[in-house]
Amino acid sequence: MSEFRDEVSIVLGGAAGQGIQTVEGILTYALKRSGYHVYANKEYMSRVRGGINTTEIRVSSRRVRAFVRRIDILVPFKQGVLSWVADRIGKNTVVLGERENVEEGFIEKVNLVEVPLTKLALETGSQLYLNTTAAGLIVGLFHGDFGAVEEYIRKRFGSKGENVVRKNIEAAKKGYELGVKLHSDGTIKVEIKRDEKVKEEILLSGTEAVGIGALAGGMNFLSFYPMSPSTGVSTFAAQKAEEFGIIVEQVEDEISAINMALGAWFAGARGMVSTSGGGFALMSEALSLAGMAENPIVIHLAQRPGPATGLPTRTMQGDLNLVLYAGHGDFPRIILTPGSMEEAFYLTAEAFNLADRYQVPVIIMTDQYFVDTYYNLPKPDLGRVKFERHIVEAKPGYKRYELTEDGISPRAVPGYGEEVVVANGNEHDEWGDITEDAELTRRMQEKRAKLKLETIRRNAPLPRLIGSKDAKYLVVSWGSTLHAVEEALEKLNRNDVALLHFSWVYPLNPETKRFFEGKTVIAVESNITGQFADLLRKELGVEVHRRVLKYDGRPFSVEEVFDALKGVIE
Amino acid sequence: MNLPTGREAFEPRRPGSEDVAWCPGCGNFGIRNILISALAELGLRPSQVAIISGIGQAAKMPHYINANGYHTLHGRAIPIATGVKAVNPELTVIAEGGDGDMYAEGGNHLLHAIRRNPDITVLIHDNQIYGLTKGQASPTTMVGMKTPTQPWGVFEEPFNPVALAIAMNASFVARTFMGYFRESVEIIKKAIQHRGLAIVDILHPCVSFNKVNTYAWYREHTYWMDDHYPHDREAAFRRAIETDPLPLGIFYINERPTFEESVPAYRTDKRPLWKREPKLDLVEEFFESKRL
Repeated sequence: MSEFRDEVSIVLGGAAGQGIQTVEGILTYALKRSGYHVYANKEYMSRVRGGINTTEIRVSSRRVRAFVRRIDILVPFKQGVLSWVADRIGKNTVVLGERENVEEGFIEKVNLVEVPLTKLALETGSQLYLNTTAAGLIVGLFHGDFGAVEEYIRKRFGSKGENVVRKNIEAAKKGYELGVKLHSDGTIKVEIKRDEKVKEEILLSGTEAVGIGALAGGMNFLSFYPMSPSTGVSTFAAQKAEEFGIIVEQVEDEISAINMALGAWFAGARGMVSTSGGGFALMSEALSLAGMAENPIVIHLAQRPGPATGLPTRTMQGDLNLVLYAGHGDFPRIILTPGSMEEAFYLTAEAFNLADRYQVPVIIMTDQYFVDTYYNLPKPDLGRVKFERHIVEAKPGYKRYELTEDGISPRAVPGYGEEVVVANGNEHDEWGDITEDAELTRRMQEKRAKLKLETIRRNAPLPRLIGSKDAKYLVVSWGSTLHAVEEALEKLNRNDVALLHFSWVYPLNPETKRFFEGKTVIAVESNITGQFADLLRKELGVEVHRRVLKYDGRPFSVEEVFDALKGVIE
Repeated sequence: MNLPTGREAFEPRRPGSEDVAWCPGCGNFGIRNILISALAELGLRPSQVAIISGIGQAAKMPHYINANGYHTLHGRAIPIATGVKAVNPELTVIAEGGDGDMYAEGGNHLLHAIRRNPDITVLIHDNQIYGLTKGQASPTTMVGMKTPTQPWGVFEEPFNPVALAIAMNASFVARTFMGYFRESVEIIKKAIQHRGLAIVDILHPCVSFNKVNTYAWYREHTYWMDDHYPHDREAAFRRAIETDPLPLGIFYINERPTFEESVPAYRTDKRPLWKREPKLDLVEEFFESKRL
């Protein structure tokens, strides 16, 4: 007999191609619609069929947004799953499934609850229904809202015809009834308080948050070359291209992708590229052109572990130095690192205004963990999304690189106004023509790398402090580590520890320094050197006292951060 | 202030345009005159034209013609020009560069631009040598030519852009020699008017570094295809593989849908993308769909 109160972590494991995503889809939607907070994340191998992929679904009475190592209920769809997650399971883990999917050595070590999923699926008519049966079973353990399961199945399978819908609902119902029975007889009791408000919230993934944020920010051109884990954003945009009337083009390589998007911006559109570390490396020449020509560009970089091919489907925050220093010569850039879905949505939308206003590359850095994570959240407020247009008309005498006090020259686009617009990747005069003049070179260098950079720096938002400003310990996070650190600190429950989260990592507002005064600083990062900790020293002269680093290609779990911080503090 | 019209409109008046970096006698001067005449004769105004160039002596064109211009990176003019045209189809977009720019560094972009077929004109100043880096072989340098970096003589098979483009079923393929002014103007006008990717390989001498392919050489080793029907791909290919004398004229025309016609962005809304605003109502709809 097992009982889970307030919260449960469910892990589904199987081979690529076995359809775990269907189960995940039904579960997260049906449980959210039933009034539970849900969080889901998947880890997968770089292959199309076979291997082992797992999905973690956390279901809770309060908001959950982070990965936990602990597995409460494990549903294996093939042999080998238990070995793959061996360090995450124990006596309290309920293994829900068929005996043939449990390796010999594990039978005694876990709490196996056998359920005849294959038999139930065959009763419905085919082995194919195993997924929906399993999904129904789990919803049943919660006494969840079966109507929501039906709703989801209709939406998901509707295009395949009424028969497919009916059969899947039947399969889910069989599973559901078994789940309710396991709940009633006390075999597995999941008792989690529901929250009516959750039902009306939305489920959003990192990929979707970046994608829809871009569309809200006016992105109307996206060029890309597929590369995991960044491809999801391009796919999302392509799926929306007809509805939104935008251009999404898969091109020959990342070099072409960014240059095409630069051309799009030059002619007044709002272009974006989505890539990963290796692709971004190929883009650095064009990044430098963007710097020199003051050509706006928005880049989404979904990180994966490097160097080189590294681990294509796993996660790391290892490309910060690449993004900071990519491109020959000195030029300003803005680096954004959203940690939550809300940040990803609002920041991606705002990235287009920033690129337009400052005429610099704006890079939004996520990672595999972030793009593949989703959870419920209140619907974002579109009133907060502002569309700023910084394009001016080219009137006679227009100078593309007019020297100004703040380093920003009004940007005209070809075809708007009678005068022409000349942009240049060579050092240039105010009109955009080539110059070799020493004085002009000095002034143009200062315009870009000093005046403009300072303007951006001065206007950069401050990081977000979570906790007391008088805390003795200051934990620093950037990007996707936010929620794991947040939850670890809640668990730690000490008022002398606060969190400082950065979703804008470069350039840093000098005011940021005051957050660090007199604190013991602990940086939490998913890379081997502590790239952001180094940046804090370089940008602000701030010393990071301890670095909590993880670099095995897996995301930080709440437990890991908790243990590490406890160790550092005590 | 009244802006000049006709040919005069394309003469630059900016201070940086005065010091032309081309060698005296360079073929680029001729190409500049040809291009200005073509643009003026088509009745275009400078603000309607965008010249996107790569890097090299040829790529300095945006500074010597009064039109919208973007002097970009070596080899990258084509993708940038593709982006410009895609978001504002009202512009006349020209990608311009030399043989190294378009056939070496930018070779991959050329291949895929042929496939994608944006409605842009690609002008390649082909002098069969590298000028700005001082005399190294280019992809079109003839076998046997000795250069500072190929002192034993070039042994690589020269790149044949015309044959390649026809093999890939390009939309418009032509070759000219800039020494023939009127013919070149007419070819470039047709290239600009052609709906789809138009490739014009423009032969021209490099007076400083190419002592073989001179003005006289090009006159002796070229001929005009007076009896060629450009809609016949096989005939075009047969002409394309002739090497001495080199045929001049329009080799191949193949009308097919352009990139801009194929993307969904202009199906219901013809406005250039820069005039549009975010569709927040659709963003709202998306969020509503994420409740379930």
